[in-house]
Amino acid sequence: MKVIQTVLILFTLLSCAFTTNAQRIKGSDTVLPLSQKWAESYMNSTSTKKVTVTGGGSGVGISALHSGSTDIAQASRSIKFVEKQKLSKEGIAVKELVVAYDALAIVIHPSNKVNKLTREQLEGIFTGKIKNWKEVGGADMKIVPYSRETSSGTYEFFRINVLKHKNYMSGIMSMPATGAIVQSISQTKGAIGYIGFAYLNKKVKAVHVSYDSGKNYIAPSVKNAENKTYPIVRPLLYYYETKSEAKLEAFIKYIFSPAGQKIVSEVGFIAVGPK
Amino acid sequence: MKSSKRIIEKIIEGGLKLSGATTSIIILLIIIFLFKEGSGLFQSPSVENGYALYLNSKNTVNDLDVSEIKHIFDADITNWNEVGGADQEISVFRFDDIFEIYSDEELGEHYSLLPEKIKEIINENPNIIAYLPKAFAPSNVEGVKVLPDKTISFSDFFGGKEWMPTATPSPMFGVIPLILGTLLVSFVAILIALPLGLGVAIYLSELAGETTRKFMKPTIELLAGIPSVVYGFFGLVVLVPIVQETLNLSVGETAFTGSLLLAIMALPTIITIAEDALRNTPTAMREASLALGATHWQTIYKVVIPYSASGISAAVVLGVGRAIGETMAVLMVTGNAAVMPHTLFEPIRTIPASIAAELGEAPAGGAHYQSLFLLGCILFLITMVISVTAESLSKNQPNKGV
Repeated sequence: MKVIQTVLILFTLLSCAFTTNAQRIKGSDTVLPLSQKWAESYMNSTSTKKVTVTGGGSGVGISALHSGSTDIAQASRSIKFVEKQKLSKEGIAVKELVVAYDALAIVIHPSNKVNKLTREQLEGIFTGKIKNWKEVGGADMKIVPYSRETSSGTYEFFRINVLKHKNYMSGIMSMPATGAIVQSISQTKGAIGYIGFAYLNKKVKAVHVSYDSGKNYIAPSVKNAENKTYPIVRPLLYYYETKSEAKLEAFIKYIFSPAGQKIVSEVGFIAVGPK
Repeated sequence: MKSSKRIIEKIIEGGLKLSGATTSIIILLIIIFLFKEGSGLFQSPSVENGYALYLNSKNTVNDLDVSEIKHIFDADITNWNEVGGADQEISVFRFDDIFEIYSDEELGEHYSLLPEKIKEIINENPNIIAYLPKAFAPSNVEGVKVLPDKTISFSDFFGGKEWMPTATPSPMFGVIPLILGTLLVSFVAILIALPLGLGVAIYLSELAGETTRKFMKPTIELLAGIPSVVYGFFGLVVLVPIVQETLNLSVGETAFTGSLLLAIMALPTIITIAEDALRNTPTAMREASLALGATHWQTIYKVVIPYSASGISAAVVLGVGRAIGETMAVLMVTGNAAVMPHTLFEPIRTIPASIAAELGEAPAGGAHYQSLFLLGCILFLITMVISVTAESLSKNQPNKGV
């Protein structure tokens, strides 16, 4: 009995010691695959450091920063004003770091003849004001818009950037995951939806987008996202306290090294560029 | 020797009583927690917590209801005279707009000059409506009036026809589309699954040969073990295109597809339990009926089925429970559109799918979170009503037998 007790105590102490220096990253499910790959290759390259990564959503990560249960909050949206206020009330100063860019493609069924849409047309389609493809230059077919669920950062970003804070139409179809959106659009002729670049494949067709009322239509390609001409791009962010900067310096240096930046393109996001 | 055995028996009896009591108490606590969290919704403000709507004092409008606020901010209502004010165009101002007008330095240390700047903007524009956090809004100032805080009312929640819990500035928590969607999908699923399921159960227990039964029963029980996500995936990839093409619809994700899938999922449960109940009719009763001159078929529907009525109703209750509470499969196949269902062939949104999809990002303790708990309470009540009804119906069956 006594032997078992001492072994148990030693084991818990050891595991604590092993993880006290672990850097914790928590937050957005969009940034999650990227942080996981970074953490894995970082831990492979150095043998002493340990990094733990969890998801839960951007909001969850930022409130974990507030309660001190994470070192880095990963977010696919910028910190809200009220969240910033809550943190500064506690005397926590946060630093924002752009770690990658994520571009959203507007996708339709491959047989749909429409090739380009302006932002105003997209706003009309997703808020329910434009109901038929013939109003935007296509066939006489009902438009079926697909969206993500309300818990998604992509949903929120699309609402702020493309719909300019207007609410989606009340009968919009909400799919639980990007993969489900791709599947549904590939089998519904009048469908339209938004997905991250990483999910583009042959089953759906991406349209060119214009943010200047039709003067220039930009093709959705990684090159256009990198040179900032493609308009529907959002930064993926890391938030951390300024006083933990020294502790996180090695990991952050790794992220911006050539090895780290290569991982960004592998996961499907747009790299910021080595610093 | 005897006394130690009795002590052990007493201990085991006590242990069983304790586990029964603990289980009941835990279930009771879960239900109490559900209702407690849900009822907190009716104390939450109808505009997002910590925010309020500000108007210029010259504006004659003093009150706006939730759907008017939504239409104003979505630019569906563009003139003040549509909501009882003067004939002026509505100018919508959101809090983030201030950062595009003034830079961070002009707003002062810790945003101290912010209320002042906002007051100027409101005073200059008599047709403005501003959505601002209370901490940074000008308060008790000439020229600016705030719309009074209203809490979410029962009629907003139970009578509201739009479910948009993340709309800004005021979320809409109308549950009628969700309740109707859930009931529609479950009802049609049971309509499809019950006759089919009972038919298969009767065939398996009475009419099938020994080899057929040996082969079919394990296969059907295998179907009951498939995880619901797999069913959802199957529904999305196979059922949805089939429904779309056969019925010539513009979109395949409809309530009908959801019902079909739920019927497929509820069938194995109904079949196995009903079949077990039917087979448990004592041979004495069957033989007595046959001896009195009844045909095989008359024996089945006049003797066997009434005898196993309670088993069949148990199968029905479990099948219905599976159909109503099914989350993942319905989430992938019905399109989750929060609208009032007018036909069977439109996308709808069910209660379990809403809870599953939205609970992740709902800030703990906020209005959205509490509304989801209240949805859980409603689901619990629906299931309880159905179970109680099914139980009472089976008890009313006069037990024709020895």
